[in-house]
Parts: sequence; structure tokens; C-alpha cells
Amino acid sequence: MNPTLSFFYFLSFLTVLSALMVILSKNPIHSVLYLILTFFTLSGHYILLNAQFLAAVNIIVYAGAIMVLFLFVIMFLNVKDIHEEAKNSLTKIAAAIVGGTVFVILFGAYRKTIIAPADPNTFDSQVGMIESLGKLLFREYLLPFELASILLLVAMVGAVMLGKREIGERHF
Amino acid sequence: MELTEFIIKTLTILVVFVLTLVIAMYSTWGERKVAGFIQDRMGPNRAGPGGLLQPLADAGKMFFKEDFIPALANKWLFISGPSLAMLTALLASAVIPFGSTFRYGGAEVVLQGVESNIGILYVFGVVALGVYGIMIGGWASNNKFSLLGAIRAASQNISYEVAMGLSLIAILMMSSSLSLGDIVAQQHGGNWNIFYQPLGFIIFLTCSFAECNRVPFDLPECETELVGGYHTEYGSMKLGFYLFAEYINMFVSSAIISVLYFGGYNYPGMDWVYNQLTAALGTTTGHNIATLIGTGVFFGKALFFIFFYMWVRWTLPRFRYDQLMNLGWKKLIPLAIFNIIITGACVLFLKPYITALLN
Repeated sequence: MNPTLSFFYFLSFLTVLSALMVILSKNPIHSVLYLILTFFTLSGHYILLNAQFLAAVNIIVYAGAIMVLFLFVIMFLNVKDIHEEAKNSLTKIAAAIVGGTVFVILFGAYRKTIIAPADPNTFDSQVGMIESLGKLLFREYLLPFELASILLLVAMVGAVMLGKREIGERHF
Repeated sequence: MELTEFIIKTLTILVVFVLTLVIAMYSTWGERKVAGFIQDRMGPNRAGPGGLLQPLADAGKMFFKEDFIPALANKWLFISGPSLAMLTALLASAVIPFGSTFRYGGAEVVLQGVESNIGILYVFGVVALGVYGIMIGGWASNNKFSLLGAIRAASQNISYEVAMGLSLIAILMMSSSLSLGDIVAQQHGGNWNIFYQPLGFIIFLTCSFAECNRVPFDLPECETELVGGYHTEYGSMKLGFYLFAEYINMFVSSAIISVLYFGGYNYPGMDWVYNQLTAALGTTTGHNIATLIGTGVFFGKALFFIFFYMWVRWTLPRFRYDQLMNLGWKKLIPLAIFNIIITGACVLFLKPYITALLN
């Protein structure tokens, strides 16, 4: 087994383990920290695929900003002690059936998938680099790119409108 | 990778690591000396000549103090807080170019830990992670003041990261490269970015003060309101790690400022010095000595900015929290966007005109 492949397996194991720990850990802060670890291992996968820009942006946006906000909100609400909601056996059975069905569907779908084999002669190793990514985005996919930026602008204006203090609202 | 290349890279990274630690260590001494000078007193002068052994004495004291963990604190997270702060502070120095190249036996060694074509994004990512150490430590202490400090740190870092990223974009538009090595090399011959980006530099400097939690933006550890802020419950070397991480962050951000805006290892009359040295001492020794001078100049610039941090700390009072947020969101971000528009217009219209005029 070559080093890249063994590293891939190690990284995949770590990814799955930390993703499982997100849902298995009792403490919400621990869940968030495991989720951050999951983002790091995903960035490791991007680097293995030679997509360095995607790896860096994944860290900056998800681990650096969004997860900080997650942590921020959980710390503010201070949900330390777990309030067991009304979970009777009926909801548990229903959840198990739904989850199991989704797992079977996904497994069946992925089992038959054929991944197109990569041709080592025509494969361009620089495809994930920032230069080629920028050229692709601004030449072939300019319209979707601009539409996405307008969507983000609308979201930003909406957030500002929601956060704005109404006239007559008290300061605190 | 060849074995020799691997060993050389390992040595370079070790040297960078040790240099960062030593400079951060002596920054603590420097800070107290600067504070003493500004407040018209002596500063540390008992341990060693001029108090030069003071950092060692401090470290010895920190190590031998009782390592206390509060009873209701989350033990693992309480320990991992300062560790994460140190880790993220030390990560960023890997991509900083400390000098040009060393020639040794026909091989060229770049004075940079890792040459990456996304260098500046790497630095930005590591800076974005810097807040976790403070947040986790502040929450795990199980103390309201610590938690408030941690929350302040988080919101402050997120707010100032936006303006920082926007001021970086103007630099990237000019250099059209994300590699720090390329950005420095392009500033050769007096083309320092500070002359083209004065507004961007001021925004970047302000944001780096906020990211390092330095005065006037040190609200996470504001002792008049929050006892000690996020490190209220910490003692011994764990507190030492938090304080040390702040000094490492200061050094790293000073180095980044000098790389991005002040030409890194470039200095006026560099080519003349290089030609004289290579003519007198041969292409290998002369080249190496010229590189050493460049590295010295780089560290001189970085140390000046560390001094600037201290100068500001002992000169300006602390901001109020709403003032901090207003400055970040309502002044710096619009200014940074304005700077991007101006830079874009200049690169598009002014630059071809001036190049045509000069030729």
C-alpha cells in the first residue's frame, strides 16, 4: 500500500470517527468541537485531492467563522445540562425505522454507482489550484457565480434588516 | 522528497520555531522595558545585566507554581484551552519568508518553512482559528467573567476578521498572487506596498491589534470590568501559555505586516550591496552574506512593529465595547470596500497610463 493510500484510510477513519462523535457526545460543546475536527479532516481530504484553495477556504469559512458562531450561541444559551425531552418508545421506534430506511436507500444507491476512472495521461494535477479555479469561475461559470453573489448580498441585507433596532425599541 | 531536502526543510522549520519562541520570550522583557521607559522608571533590572534574564526567571516561577484546576471546570477543555492558543499562534510562522536564498554546495535553500501558493490564505485561516483557545478556555473555567471574556473575544475576532480579509484583497489584486514569497519578491526595488496601499495598511494594522487582543482592543481581558477576562481561573504555566501566545501572535502579525506592506527582506540599495558583496567575496559567500543582511533587515522591521504594539499599549486607553463594534462594522469595513474599489480602478485605468508614460 502506498503512503498516500494509507494516509487516505487513516484520514477517512478519523473523519468518520469524529463525525460519529458529533452525534454521540452528550455535551453540546464537545459536539461542536468534534464537528470542527471533522472539518479539519475534510480539509485534509481536499489537500489529498490537490485542491488547496478549497481546503483553505473550508478552514477559514467553516472552522474559522461558522463554528465560532455555533460555539458562541451554545455558550450564550449555556445548554450544559441535557433536558431529556419526552422520548417515549414510539418515537424511538419510528426514528429507528426512518433512519434505517434512509441508510438502506443510500447504501443501495451508492453500491451501484460507477466512478469514472481517471486517466493518468490526461489528468491535470493543477486543476484544483487557485489559478485554474479562478479562470474556470470567471470564464465558463460567470453567470452562476454572479447569481450566487447576488444571493449572498440579499442574505446580508436581510440579516442587517433583522438586526436593526426598531424605532422606539429600548436599548439594553 | 529527497532525504537531504527533507533534512534541510526540517532544520529550517526548527530554526523558524526556535526564533519565534525566543523573540516572543524577549518581547515580554521588551514590553516591560518599554513600559518602564514610557512611565519614567527603570523596568526589570535585577535578573542579569539590564534584566536580560528576567524571562527565564518568569518562566521558572510559572513552572514551579501550583497547577490548579477549579473543581467545577471541565478538566480536559480547561487544559486544552491554553494548548490550543499556543498551537494556533505557532502555526502561522511556517509560511513567512524570512529572507531570500542560501547557497550551499550548489544547492539553493529558501529561508521559509513552507513555500505554499496559498500562503496568505493559510495565515488567514490560522488567524481565524486563534480564537478557539480563548473561547474553550473561557468556557471550561465555569466562571461568568471568563465566559464573558471568551464571548467578547469571539465576537471581536469575527468582526475584525472581515475588515482584515477585505484589506488583504486589495493587496492580492495588486500582486495577483497568494504566495507570500511572490508578494515579497514583487516589492523588490522600493516598490513597497505601503506606498500604494496606505489606507489598506492602516486598516490591516488596526485589525491586527484587535486580532491579537492588544490594547486598545484588549476587551476580552478587561480587568476593570471582567476581573481577568478569559484567564481569570488560570494560574501557573497555563496562564503563562496564554500570555506567551499573545506575544507570539504579536511577532507573527508584525512579521506579516512587514512582509505584506514593507517589502519583507528588501531594503533600499539592496542591489548595490549585493553586487559589491558578490564582487568581493564570490557568488556563494557574497550571496549568503547579502541574504543574511536582508534577513536582519526583515527582523528589524518586525521588531519595530513589536515596539509599535508596545508603544500603543502604554499610550492609548482602552475602547468601550460598543465603540469597538462600531469601529469594526461601521467604519473599517466600508473603508476597506472603498479601498478595494480604488485599487481596482487604479489597476485598471491608472496603471496602463503610467506605464505608457514611463516608457
